[in-house]
Amino acid sequence: MTFLTIDKAVKQFGGLRAVDGVSLSLEAGEVLGLLGPNGSGKTTLLNLISGALPATSGRIALNGTVLTGRRPDQIARAGVARTFQLVRILPSLTLMENVMIPAVFGHRAHWGAAAETVARDALEAVGLGARAQGIAGDLLYLDQKRLELARALAAEPELLLLDEWLAGLNPTELQEGIELIRSLAGRGLGIIMVEHIMEAVRALCPRSAVMNSGRLIADGPTGDVLSDPAVIAAYLGEVEDA
Amino acid sequence: MFLTILILGLVLGGTYALLALGLTLQYGIARIMNLAYGEVTLAAAFVLVALFKAIGLPPLLGTLLIVPAGYGAGWLLYTVMMRPLVARSGASGRLEVDSILATFGLLFLIQGLLLVAFGANFTSISYLDRGVNILGVSVALNRLIAFGVCVVAGGALTLALARTRWGMVMRAVALSPGSAPLVGIDVMRVARQGFALGTALAACAGASIAMVQTFSATDGVVYTMKALIIVIMGGVGNVPGALIAGFALGLVETFVVTTIDPGLTLAATFAIFLCVLLWRPQGLFGRG
Amino acid sequence: MIRIALPLAGLVLLALAPLALSDYGLGLLIGMAGYVTLASSWALFSGHTRYISLATVAFYGTGAYTVAVLNEALPYPLVLLAAGGIGAALALLVGLSTLRLAGVYFVIFTFGLAELVRQLITWYEVTITGTLGRYIFLDITPAQIYWQLLALAALTLALTAWMHRRPLGLALRVIGDDEVVAAHAGINLARVKLVAFTLSATIITLAGAIASPRWVYVEPAIVFNPTVSFLTVIMALLGGANRLWGPLLGAVPLFLLFEYLSVHFPDTYPIFLGALFIAVVFVLPEGVLAGLEKLRLRRRPTTREAKA
Repeated sequence: MTFLTIDKAVKQFGGLRAVDGVSLSLEAGEVLGLLGPNGSGKTTLLNLISGALPATSGRIALNGTVLTGRRPDQIARAGVARTFQLVRILPSLTLMENVMIPAVFGHRAHWGAAAETVARDALEAVGLGARAQGIAGDLLYLDQKRLELARALAAEPELLLLDEWLAGLNPTELQEGIELIRSLAGRGLGIIMVEHIMEAVRALCPRSAVMNSGRLIADGPTGDVLSDPAVIAAYLGEVEDA
Repeated sequence: MFLTILILGLVLGGTYALLALGLTLQYGIARIMNLAYGEVTLAAAFVLVALFKAIGLPPLLGTLLIVPAGYGAGWLLYTVMMRPLVARSGASGRLEVDSILATFGLLFLIQGLLLVAFGANFTSISYLDRGVNILGVSVALNRLIAFGVCVVAGGALTLALARTRWGMVMRAVALSPGSAPLVGIDVMRVARQGFALGTALAACAGASIAMVQTFSATDGVVYTMKALIIVIMGGVGNVPGALIAGFALGLVETFVVTTIDPGLTLAATFAIFLCVLLWRPQGLFGRG
Repeated sequence: MIRIALPLAGLVLLALAPLALSDYGLGLLIGMAGYVTLASSWALFSGHTRYISLATVAFYGTGAYTVAVLNEALPYPLVLLAAGGIGAALALLVGLSTLRLAGVYFVIFTFGLAELVRQLITWYEVTITGTLGRYIFLDITPAQIYWQLLALAALTLALTAWMHRRPLGLALRVIGDDEVVAAHAGINLARVKLVAFTLSATIITLAGAIASPRWVYVEPAIVFNPTVSFLTVIMALLGGANRLWGPLLGAVPLFLLFEYLSVHFPDTYPIFLGALFIAVVFVLPEGVLAGLEKLRLRRRPTTREAKA
């Protein structure tokens, strides 16, 4: 059985097809880079997987469980966790509480000491362990990003969706961020990362898929994909970081 | 019978459409959920009646005075009360909750003032209370005049919003307050205009209510509620939607009053609201 | 230990108070216990989620009216049970139709709900039963009413404290901060909101039912007085709607102020209260408790940094 199957997913906004019949599959433990110019439908595709938006048609399944047509909380409990393009933390809660939420309500539903252990481990993993009792609203941008990742980890997900999680970091932070994601990949969870920083994609993703105007135009080993003429044409005029 | 309901319903619907138009400007453009809207409407109605009774000012002339006064009051209200809340909330979603709470307080403040100034009794005036025959249905002349006022005010505003440059700026802020500054629009100024204009329309609707209906100082909630439900039926910020939904509510209410029971009009309003919520929460004319 | 012992000692003292007080003093205590219950149970749902319910009196009045209708037909405990059941059913109806949607639909629905229920009951009484106005003849002393309300207030506070330590309480706080994050963390938004709102509304209905014998004569215009909804919200806000003791802290002084104003300024007190409400929204949007905390932190700026 395939880990994640996306079969002819479509999302229609009025006259615009933001995602236009995308089919894709992922094996357990695989890290996939999802690339494409701005507005090509990458984030919308993540939103279809996580249930933030209902798909117009098509079918998405994780480990044989159909996700399409379900609410975001049901999909989260099925083992999907995500970060957001514009970082979303819960400003009035402590770091510990922020991270405990998916441990309590998510996939494995812990409570009490067990939930705290999961949350503490996740905070340690991103280097925020010492500040567990601080208020999330006081954090700087990079730490907010770390917190958001810790929250996704505390869900103990099988599939992790990262939406430009590395964007906006300075070069030192970027290296730290890449190491962090690499350590996650080693844990065996599937990762789909939408990313514009080619350095990170090359370092982390053995395989990449490219979208343009809602369609999938390439899918394969990252090196091959990035030298594909169709991909280069799609990116022409776009500024690359690599 | 059918024709009676149709004509009386449309006449009543004119007032509702105007009422909803003002609220949709305040909520759609200024992003202020104004729970004191009905109290503002009633204040205008009371002032019109007081002017009529004290100095015999003809209601139509009174309307011409009350509408600009409403604009001024709305302008002042926005500057003094809403602007600090807007500034405080910044880009967060706090404004909605803050404006709901602040205008809930304002509701009781205005209601208290009305009770002190005009008492708790039902008020009405007899003004041009003779019937006019329209297609065999007798309609009171004052209702026709009130209807005319609503059609003129509502129609002029709808045209201005749809056709003029000023209207385009208003609509731009309603659609996307975040990106309007990028094209050189002063959002705060437009929001204040929208709020003041909404208040002027509330005053105009209040004047037309005063010409026709019996009302008391504690009726504000009902008018706010009806305006809110019409706005939601029409789709928030959707001007033609609010107009159509206003007429629709007028028809439904007249139908309930004439064929079922006058005591059930608010229940009918709520029933419509419930249907919209369950069936099309984005509004009958909203984009889904 | 002290966090349980101190409130318990206070509760015992308050329970003994009727033995030492005049009828007037007992009347004040009943009012306070009633409003502490209303403000605390309002905050149970609206405090953390920021879903502002303006329908307090719709439930409160429903409770009172249920007693007025059933007090001669059923034994008292069953009357209370029926009131609670009707309140819960009404809350489910409101919640199921609005809580799946954005918060503003909920606010609008609750805004008109009291007026709707009042008009429906009036219509029913006038056209079907032909009697507007009913009497409550129950063999209950003011002290007994007070003890029941005190118990309900204590229960509400205990329930709130317990919820704060349970997933439900955490879920409500997350919903107040960011519903999108809440959903993606696995929280069933509609269910959590529905459960909390129904709990809150049921307590409010019970408070109305328990307090109703004080009226003796009941008609819709009396029991559906919008001032109750208004006072409940301002009390909870003043003290701090997202804290355990906040609503109590707001309810006690505001109830006394309300009593004073309504006796000495019977015509103008709504104006004072409206102005006070607006002032609270502007000056203390998070309530007195949060304001005090901020002040303390400002005086000792190092503590927060040391903590972070």
